[in-house]
Amino acid sequence: MFAVTPGRVAVRTRALTKVFRGFRAVDAVDLEVREGSVHALVGPNGAGKTTLFNLLTGFLSPTSGAITVFDEDVTGKPPEQVARRGVARSFQITSLFETLTSREHVELALQGHGRQGFRFWRSEKLLGRNRARVDELLAQVGLTSLADKQVGLLAYGQKRALELSLVLALDPPVMLLDEPTAGMGIEDVDRTIELVRRISAGRTVVFVDHNMHVVGSLADRVTVLQQGRVLAEGGYDEVRNDERVITAYLGEADHA
Amino acid sequence: MTQSAITEAPVAGPDVPVARRSPRLRWILLAVGLVAALALPWFVYPPVAMDIVAMALFAIALDILLGYTGLLSFGHAAFWGSSAYVTALIATHYGVPFPVAVLGGAVFAMILALPIGYVSVRRSGIYFAMVTLAFAQMVYFIGYQWSDLTGGENGLQGVPRSFFGIELVETESFYFYYAALPILLFGMWAAWRIVHSPFGRVLVSIRDNSQRARALGYEVEKYKVIAFVLSAGLTGLAGGVFAISHGFVALTELHWTTSGDVVLMTVLGGIGTLWGGAVGAFLTVMLADYLASSGFHGIDLVTGSVFVIVVLLFRRGVWGTVRHRWMVHRQRRLSSRR
Repeated sequence: MFAVTPGRVAVRTRALTKVFRGFRAVDAVDLEVREGSVHALVGPNGAGKTTLFNLLTGFLSPTSGAITVFDEDVTGKPPEQVARRGVARSFQITSLFETLTSREHVELALQGHGRQGFRFWRSEKLLGRNRARVDELLAQVGLTSLADKQVGLLAYGQKRALELSLVLALDPPVMLLDEPTAGMGIEDVDRTIELVRRISAGRTVVFVDHNMHVVGSLADRVTVLQQGRVLAEGGYDEVRNDERVITAYLGEADHA
Repeated sequence: MTQSAITEAPVAGPDVPVARRSPRLRWILLAVGLVAALALPWFVYPPVAMDIVAMALFAIALDILLGYTGLLSFGHAAFWGSSAYVTALIATHYGVPFPVAVLGGAVFAMILALPIGYVSVRRSGIYFAMVTLAFAQMVYFIGYQWSDLTGGENGLQGVPRSFFGIELVETESFYFYYAALPILLFGMWAAWRIVHSPFGRVLVSIRDNSQRARALGYEVEKYKVIAFVLSAGLTGLAGGVFAISHGFVALTELHWTTSGDVVLMTVLGGIGTLWGGAVGAFLTVMLADYLASSGFHGIDLVTGSVFVIVVLLFRRGVWGTVRHRWMVHRQRRLSSRR
């Protein structure tokens, strides 16, 4: 776990803007994510949530504006460097290594930070050293019995669970979860909420989700995006009662 | 989509072999391979046997990139050929035992691969292939123009084969085969070690999903450059032995067709199988040798047709198909036992 300084800002963006061929996908977004908080990004499709995620994790370079992580400028840094600074992400569309097993995935994630990955003269059995830790991570997401199956053979929900365990394996101070419950059935959604709540202790979590049940159960703070801009920000109840938000987004989802 | 992660039955993909090979089978295959390598010059004209094993290492080295990193290098002739030249030059000018000259050639290939790899890995797919091809063409051009050093179109002739004064090895290709074999076997072992190391695991993850590898903190370009340099070094070992074996280096070794040939061998054997490269090299060299000795003139026509047929019928390649069939069989047996 990490020492959390209340009130400190973990992730901050200033006038962050991304323009794709004249289309302002993210438009002058000022975001402040407090350390130790669980911060949700919501908004209709095309509001710029995933683009914002890609900017925060270095998968896209901003057109203008700045990003800092714990007051360190990471603007324009490549994904692996952002990851090494303690910001780990999961992907909205399940993104795994098809030919490896779940266990091999977690082993890979565990060695990602060090220079151990360069050891081409050693046996890959070396990766199995952390067996207890690997087992623990797999157990956390309920994949123990499937640990040695290639992920190409896993079901969708199982792959989503593995996504989460990879983020966990990095043990990051900041976790960015892109729709952690997308496409899941009810029981898995609740399990995932439980899991995220458990792992968010002592960490900063930013997540995107369309499921208002998930947002309501997890988020300390909600930022509503619309057309690349921040429409509203506040606690869940505050935001859901905001007139502009109701018309823009929650209207259809919550009051239907 | 709406089922639970726990209750939903996994759907078997058509392409993913589930069973991994048993350790016992691995030892048997290793023994068979070793015996085959040791017995080869008894059945095949020894210089041809040497060609087969050298080409086998060449194809295996390429597979580190093609099969395990997902990079199609179309410029590996640069490393094969330049090592052949450097090995020949060292052997000619310094009269050192040939393994030392071969080592020098391999080191040179690695040094050459560093800048080429550094630039090439910024691109992937067809662009990577074209950039490596362009670099190899530049190396070819240098080899062609710098005739004081390389002999230009005449190549380097009369490369000595020095081996601690052991005359049998120096003059008889049958004995030379056994002196050179350990170098090539070492290269194959090194390739196996590389793809089954923590580093190799990262390579496979980059091949499968490079963005995800980045998100885990892996510096993808660095890994690709190192893989490129290692592959070039092993290619260099093979090229150096080839040069000493022939006692002659031709400009062909740097030509782009050599880059193409090794890609064909690797694909023929099965990419991502490592040992498939050896199978591909064996089949290609044997076929070409058989056709040449029977006085047939359309060698490329026949080898080309064989390649097309094999790839159409067995897209996993010869060795890849055998391995896949075996794994499917093993998987069935395992699940029926349960």
